[in-house]
Amino acid sequence: MRQKAAAAPYILWMIIFILVPLALVVMYAVTTPDGQFTISYISQVGEYAPVLVRSVWLAFVATVICLVLAFPLAFIISRRSSNSQRTMIMLVMLPMWMNFLLCTYAWMTILEKNGLINRFLANFGIGPLEMINTQGAVVLGMVYNYLPFMLLPIYSVMTKISNSVIEAAQDLGANWVGVLGKVLIPLSIPGISTGVIMVFVPSVSTFVISRMLGGGGNLLIGDLIDLQFLGNAYNPNLGAAISLVLMVLILLCMSITNQFGGEDMEGVIK
Amino acid sequence: MKKLLSLVLFVLACLYLAAPVFAQVEVDDPEYYTKFQGQNRSINVHNWGDYISDGSDEGMDVIKEFEELTGIKVNYTTFATNEELYARLKGGGALYDVVIPSDYMIARMINEGMLEKLNYENIPNAHYTMESFLNAQYDPTNEYSLPFMWGTVGIIYNTEVVDEEDLGSWDLLWNEKYMGEILMFNNPRDAFAIALNRLGYPMNPENKEQIREAAEDLKDQKLLVQAYVMDEIFDKMIGNEAAIAPYYAGDYLLILEDNPNIGFFTPETGTNRFVDAMVIPKGAKEKECAEMFLNFMMEPEVALANMEYIAYSTPNQGTYDLLDEETKENEVLYPSQELLDKTEFFVELPTELNLYMDQMWTEILSTDEQYSKWLIPIVMILAIVASITINLLRAYRKRKEKDYLQTMDQLRKQL
Repeated sequence: MRQKAAAAPYILWMIIFILVPLALVVMYAVTTPDGQFTISYISQVGEYAPVLVRSVWLAFVATVICLVLAFPLAFIISRRSSNSQRTMIMLVMLPMWMNFLLCTYAWMTILEKNGLINRFLANFGIGPLEMINTQGAVVLGMVYNYLPFMLLPIYSVMTKISNSVIEAAQDLGANWVGVLGKVLIPLSIPGISTGVIMVFVPSVSTFVISRMLGGGGNLLIGDLIDLQFLGNAYNPNLGAAISLVLMVLILLCMSITNQFGGEDMEGVIK
Repeated sequence: MKKLLSLVLFVLACLYLAAPVFAQVEVDDPEYYTKFQGQNRSINVHNWGDYISDGSDEGMDVIKEFEELTGIKVNYTTFATNEELYARLKGGGALYDVVIPSDYMIARMINEGMLEKLNYENIPNAHYTMESFLNAQYDPTNEYSLPFMWGTVGIIYNTEVVDEEDLGSWDLLWNEKYMGEILMFNNPRDAFAIALNRLGYPMNPENKEQIREAAEDLKDQKLLVQAYVMDEIFDKMIGNEAAIAPYYAGDYLLILEDNPNIGFFTPETGTNRFVDAMVIPKGAKEKECAEMFLNFMMEPEVALANMEYIAYSTPNQGTYDLLDEETKENEVLYPSQELLDKTEFFVELPTELNLYMDQMWTEILSTDEQYSKWLIPIVMILAIVASITINLLRAYRKRKEKDYLQTMDQLRKQL
């Protein structure tokens, strides 16, 4: 009983700031400005299917790159002495202390036509390469900003994998492919699935990165929502409909990744 | 420790003494401003970012002067786009006493009854408004707004990259020679205005057909455009990242300070002329104080300080008369009457056209493909069903596992 009383403020908070706004989004998405029920806004989101596909695709690519980069790095860090582990984790966290917009802005200067990279390459007669205002630059921005969110959960799971487990596998004749596929990956699945969600969800809904690094021509779903609220024609109903579609898509992605994670680690026991 | 403290206090005291004593600004009728002195009133002012003289560059700190003169405290906040301001006022969350939107947004707000009528008895300085700004398209009866700044849109270009023969018209923005060197407005209203004017249509489109044609042109242009930006133009033009960009005339002068190889022209077919004007939104708590603020902003000296800081053109006759000949003859800030006759103000479009323009704009920025009306609703339903099934399956599997373990336990006990 006492536990319930302690949870009350939190539950109240959840109702006011999470449930009510969610209900409002749904309500706006299925009504006209005069309050009539309609699915026309949700249908209209179909016009933007290419944008939706592009957002999901770019976020997917960014997530895969983050995973490929973070997994070995997390393993390497987790095998260090605890002192150097602390230093390395701090180095990973360092960019997160800085404002996220500032980091993205810095990438603009680096990638530009007269930017740092192109000026350096020009010394060797290469370029100028076209780097900014491309989809690649958008993915780079996502990877740069969200990599720590992939690294940290994997790292925290990996620190719990004892060296003896790996040695045991090697004793039983597993080569490095076997160790990786049968021991390391299955044991770090909970970290990986958390990391995938933490990278995919913000990537798919970002709008600042695509505007700054994508040159405004690579519209993402987040830009589209932004445009409905702060664009020329104030259209919150369509904005809510797009948000709703996005939420459902994210729900699906999370359900799928949850299959591989959570507390049940069947993969490990088999 | 005590010594250190006294040292700090001493230094602070010195700084305080050394701080410049603010010169009282010269106003027409000092008596008028004493009305609310000592009553602890305050007003909320909402303005564009970087759009008032704040005392840097040895200019006047307008807000501070106003506070000292009248005893009214000013809570000053800023916005970045007209649409943001509109969403904020429409949402009803914030109460402002003075806001400074642009022409077409004022027209929309008047239409939707979001503004208070001004009481001109409280704004004696209103007579300073230049004649050409009276009865403007956006506020035909002059009941709601007082102009603050104005300017025109033109093309800013890099003189080292762009050949002289290509100058003169909007066609420069569609010139394939400069592929990848062109920047474009990242807002539909300004971008469409350029395309419409180039096609010979009014900048405030009359029907969907005109918008559609302009959208086709903008799509063709997309191949040549390096990026769609707003204030990033400053960085990109100063750093020679791009060579051509349509933007506001006053901002050209600011860019010119940092990059001497920059030129500017106003297309001969005409251009957009914008006015940002001061209005009082409905529900303002301190209307009279707000009107006093408006009056203060119309003081020629105050308007002059603002003009020098912002570098746009002033609609205040009193301020204009204070300018030196060189500034008055600056073609960029004060274009000839002949050119002004060809400019158009933005006015509020019908909702239908506004929505259509937004839709076309998204189409330009994304790609153009056919779609089925049912695609998204069906995808959504499938996604929800899939999510539920996955979670149900998982729960079912867990229960089965539990049952299995229980049976095993029972078996073990029986044995």
